[in-house]
Amino acid sequence: MKLFQKKKTLFEAKGDKYYYFINNLIMGILAVIVIYPLYFIVIASVSNPDAVMNGEVLLYPIKFSLEGYQRLLGESQIWIGYRNTILYTTIGTALNIFVTIPAGWALSRKNLAHRKFIMWFFIVTMFFGGGLIPFYLLISSLDWIDSPLALIIPGAVSVWNVFMTKAFYESNIPEELLEAAKIDGANEYRTFLSIILPISKPIIAVMVLFYAVGHWNSYFNALIFIHSENLYPLQLVLRDILIIAEGVTGTGDPQTILEQQRIANMIKYSSIIVSSLPIIILYPFIQRFFEKGFLIGSFK
Amino acid sequence: MKTKKPNHFKKNYQVLVFLIPALVFVFVFSYIPMYGVLIAFQNYVPGDPIFSLQADWVGLYHFNAFINDFRFEQLMVNTFLISIFGFLIGFPLPILIAVLLNSMRNSKASKRLQTIFYAPHFISIIVLVGMLHLLFGEYGLINHLAIALGGAKYSYFLEADAFRPLFILSGNWQDFGWSAIIYLAALSGVDPTLHEAAVVDGASRFQRVLHIDLPAIFPTISILLILSIGNLMGVGYEKILLMQTGGNISVSEVISTYVYKTGLTGFPDFSYATAIGLFNALINVFLLIFANTMAKRFSENSLW
Repeated sequence: MKLFQKKKTLFEAKGDKYYYFINNLIMGILAVIVIYPLYFIVIASVSNPDAVMNGEVLLYPIKFSLEGYQRLLGESQIWIGYRNTILYTTIGTALNIFVTIPAGWALSRKNLAHRKFIMWFFIVTMFFGGGLIPFYLLISSLDWIDSPLALIIPGAVSVWNVFMTKAFYESNIPEELLEAAKIDGANEYRTFLSIILPISKPIIAVMVLFYAVGHWNSYFNALIFIHSENLYPLQLVLRDILIIAEGVTGTGDPQTILEQQRIANMIKYSSIIVSSLPIIILYPFIQRFFEKGFLIGSFK
Repeated sequence: MKTKKPNHFKKNYQVLVFLIPALVFVFVFSYIPMYGVLIAFQNYVPGDPIFSLQADWVGLYHFNAFINDFRFEQLMVNTFLISIFGFLIGFPLPILIAVLLNSMRNSKASKRLQTIFYAPHFISIIVLVGMLHLLFGEYGLINHLAIALGGAKYSYFLEADAFRPLFILSGNWQDFGWSAIIYLAALSGVDPTLHEAAVVDGASRFQRVLHIDLPAIFPTISILLILSIGNLMGVGYEKILLMQTGGNISVSEVISTYVYKTGLTGFPDFSYATAIGLFNALINVFLLIFANTMAKRFSENSLW
């Protein structure tokens, strides 16, 4: 590899300078387009709300202020949402892992009985489904309307994720390992628990990430199934703060309307940051998996 | 060791146990609703026993009603336009990004950029639309900039013309990096000796992109193309519902949002909504089969 690098510089074609320059330029512009909106939310959340409203905040916080965060502390609904989402995410993800990992492992085994039939049984659901209304009627006939079960159980398994797990095992577990286990007299269950599970950490981590982010961010099932505000997940509370409030124009003189706008806007920035906090904290850890190239490998 | 071989081919029933939970969940939450589409051919009244065969069968009545619905044409056109514009930008973009990232001279910078480009994927749709309001709203950053530059205020959320660009471009912003992963995976599998040989022959980096990198990801491109064609009428409701306003409804109402509204809001008409949903799903299945048949005929890359 070292040799190759040397050669590259020796034989580098003349036009390459321009190619690399244009490439870097495009990447630089894209990086700004991706980062700036996120950066703006952060600086706006710690700036004086009036400065934000007047469009003074552009590159750095203006008149540093935590008023938005202080106001948010008083919004009890967002903390109820936070608690609910943590519960739904933890329980839901635990169930996801319990269902997905063994299923992916079984499908990765070439000699699995009825393998072809089972594969098609899963694949069909990726391209065709009953749709929203039959799903709704199923949940309501299970009597899960306004119950957290409606948010946890139906999404217990994602077929995509099962296939990703399968791909991980196919490319990471050598056949000899299973042979050895068999010769040592371990049955399938023993093999899975004491040999496969301990070397499944990377795929479990990625699955936890995918499922947990999915639970954390989902809102639609809660919108149609959950009616009690004390069962609302965080995203539904956020929807009220970020989106519904946008359509409401207060009555009264322009001054009051502006004041209402000001207060409403103030907590928008801070609520985005607070609600995304777990993902922001987790992201550097997740990033390790990107760098290892593991994630990339499992997409193949 | 050779004598052990037959073991590989022996059907393994023990492992089936590992699949039981997954099979049960998929059966209950995917296959039972599939059976439930039968209510599209009935006159289902709330309170009826669900998924019963003793119902009031009406055949294709609801499908006819939908095709003659005065909204039919508008819904089809809106769904198709959002989808096709989204496809025209969203399909080539990740390919371009993956090729560019893969051909950077500084591979450390490339890794760092990937981490940045993946980040928006993890933002929730609610937060994304909330950010759009904060940036493009009446008192948003964009309007401030427009005024500062001598322009005028523009209501991005109330003008029908702004809906599609805002919807599609924000979607591209969120997912171009994540969608590039699958191409990056294919590119990482390219044999380095191909590049070595090309360099020795005096090929420029751009030539190597054209003659080594692109052919290497061509199979991946075809597979994803088939999947995209199969999803051409499959615009989801989750983000649209959040972006819909009275001002843009004429372009933002699509089949899936209409299903939601007729089926689950106001006076719900379950059978009619299910029929519309089924109609839409069948179009998608048909498109997928069509795309796959075409791919089979003209190349070696197809789903089945």
